[in-house]
Amino acid sequence: MYQYDEYDHRIIRDRVAQFRGQTERYLAGELKDEEFLPLRLQNGLYIQRLAPMLRINVPYGMLSSTQLRKLAHIARTYDKGYCHITTRQNVQFNWPELEEVPEILAELAEVEMHGIQSSGSCIRNVTSDQFAGIASDEVVDPRPYCEIIRQWSTFHPEFAFLPRKFKIAVTGSDNDRAAVQVHDIGLQVVRSDAGDTGFRVFVGGGLGRTPVIGSLIRDFLPEAHLLSYLEAILRVYNQLGRRDNKYKARIKILVKALGAEAFGAKVEAEFAHLQDGPITLTGEEIGRAQRFFPTLPYQSLDNAADALLQQQAAEAPAFGKWLTRNVGEHRQPGYATVTLSLKPTGVAPGDLTDGQLEAIADLADQYSFGEVRTTHEQNIVLGEVEKSKLFDVWQAARAQGFATPNIGTLNDMICCPGGDFCSLANAKSIPIAESIQRQFDDLDYLYDLGDLDLNISGCMNACGHHHVGHIGILGVDKKGEEFYQIQLGGNAGTDVSLGSVLGPAFGAEEIPSVIQKLVDIYVDKRVEGERFIDTYRRVGVDPFKEKVYAKAD
Amino acid sequence: MPKLIKDKAIADNSWLLMEATDAPETVEVPADAVIVPLNVWLARKQELAGRIATLGVWLNSDQFADQLGEEAQQLPLVAVNFPGFMDGRGFSTARLLRERYGFTGELRAVGSIIRDQLFFLQRCGFNSFDLPEGADLEAALNSFSDFSETYQAAVDQPLPLFRRRA
Ligand code: SF4
Repeated sequence: MYQYDEYDHRIIRDRVAQFRGQTERYLAGELKDEEFLPLRLQNGLYIQRLAPMLRINVPYGMLSSTQLRKLAHIARTYDKGYCHITTRQNVQFNWPELEEVPEILAELAEVEMHGIQSSGSCIRNVTSDQFAGIASDEVVDPRPYCEIIRQWSTFHPEFAFLPRKFKIAVTGSDNDRAAVQVHDIGLQVVRSDAGDTGFRVFVGGGLGRTPVIGSLIRDFLPEAHLLSYLEAILRVYNQLGRRDNKYKARIKILVKALGAEAFGAKVEAEFAHLQDGPITLTGEEIGRAQRFFPTLPYQSLDNAADALLQQQAAEAPAFGKWLTRNVGEHRQPGYATVTLSLKPTGVAPGDLTDGQLEAIADLADQYSFGEVRTTHEQNIVLGEVEKSKLFDVWQAARAQGFATPNIGTLNDMICCPGGDFCSLANAKSIPIAESIQRQFDDLDYLYDLGDLDLNISGCMNACGHHHVGHIGILGVDKKGEEFYQIQLGGNAGTDVSLGSVLGPAFGAEEIPSVIQKLVDIYVDKRVEGERFIDTYRRVGVDPFKEKVYAKAD
Repeated sequence: MPKLIKDKAIADNSWLLMEATDAPETVEVPADAVIVPLNVWLARKQELAGRIATLGVWLNSDQFADQLGEEAQQLPLVAVNFPGFMDGRGFSTARLLRERYGFTGELRAVGSIIRDQLFFLQRCGFNSFDLPEGADLEAALNSFSDFSETYQAAVDQPLPLFRRRA
């Protein structure tokens, strides 16, 4: 994983000092509320419903055990003993004191972490595939490029006051696990027939109140031009993006208004000026970034452990279930990926206690080269586990409560903090997640339902990505009361699609039975091997609608 | 005389900032050193060329550098207005004036800028800063040293860190 050198450290330390000064000026009344607002936002500090909320970047999801232990310490010392993994692979603390935030940031800087640009109208933390570098279907490891983008975007002087927030995601695989087509810029690293590395560039995707799938504006951008091209896109957006209405300020609105082709032409015109300038990436720089993500010192193993696993699974069926759902392929023979589920029933999806953070750090040190990955589905991945150690990992994970074998199932829902924490919410989302988990408490039944993405957002800002859930749930406000709209047919992968609204919204208490009815229709209509989304795409919305809105006899 | 920050020091502001006008052809242009709105310049270039040593032009945030283009090089001063400090268009305008159109005169940020933006503003090529009334200019000077190192190429440092990294 990337390691700071003296330059990186200096920049982050300067930032800590700067924000300490700004906070002091604010507390002394020298800085007005409206002036302090964007400054604190650019350090990840929100003022929420109950208290400030501090969002810490996890660059493209990579965390070391040292960083996990620091997060545990911060949760214990400055917060109420827990933190939350967000749908953008970041970490949030819900209860810090404003006065203490500079100190928290100073502590984080020691372990190469920060909240820079984790909110506000600027370029946000770049996200990626949680299996980057280890997925067997990967073409190119996207992380070196993510790091290059992280450095370029950190305190970019021209783009600190954009019309609106700006999110970039990068995948290096044909099977897109980073949802790049619903980002302001989505990049897919590819190799040309000639063997050159480059990018497919999507722009103008996004969720929120106007969900849009991104448009491809460049089929192959040679890697050397990555930053010049990004700078061209950002410059066009900075100049032409709407600033009169914050609901129309995202780049997707500009791309729609101009048309993707015309937008692309403007970008190309700007790029023509910037191309081959000083920010053209050098082979040395790409090489430098790549050296931080080497092939790890794996043991040379074959897949002999597979037989052992089969035997262990036969003896302990619960282990077998976990193997099926929470353990994945690794490109290195004899190794596997393990997803620790942060979705046991009764815990807010994505929440972790200080003790759990430390337990994960220990697991990482013992079994996974000291590294873990956060996922946008709000789980944690141990990326590099020897297959022969899986049983030990399972037992240790179980003792800590994150071996629930539900990854990819209906109960592994994505869920934003919603009305319990977020001041923008129309409705609560955490209790909805829990009520669904209770409805579907039979694991064998859940497995029979297979892969099913259920995503919940507490308002149309769509932090819970409800548009791209096979089933999406959106909290809405009707005359001061909380209701929930259902959407069907969304998907976040390579064959991305946006869900459409099923019909009138429901009260909270109706949701479990509504989801049950949707699932019943799927079970009724599916043919062998179909996922929920496949069946939905084949049979259409009508059978679902009829069942859910059928008048009781 | 009113004060501003120029070249990282407090200096006298000897330029008059002319208000926006709907009558660029006919509005009276003061004889003293004056910064005129872009539309006045565009309408009366020939007439104003005779007094160019005391003439500046200001661009609003929705007026882009290409509207002045290389003509900027004749002018001793160009100002960019920030109607609100969250309106970041002027950052691009400044870089383009410096990097694309070769403007080397005084580039002044006017309007609702705040001290905490000075570092980024100077990186983008501004060298003078007319902060809103009441701003503590002495204290604001400290903000030029908010950071001692930067990743990106910009006007103040044309090489990105990756080309300089030891
Ligand atoms: S979707 Fe709405 S309620 Fe949920 S976290 Fe985002 S802004 Fe808050």
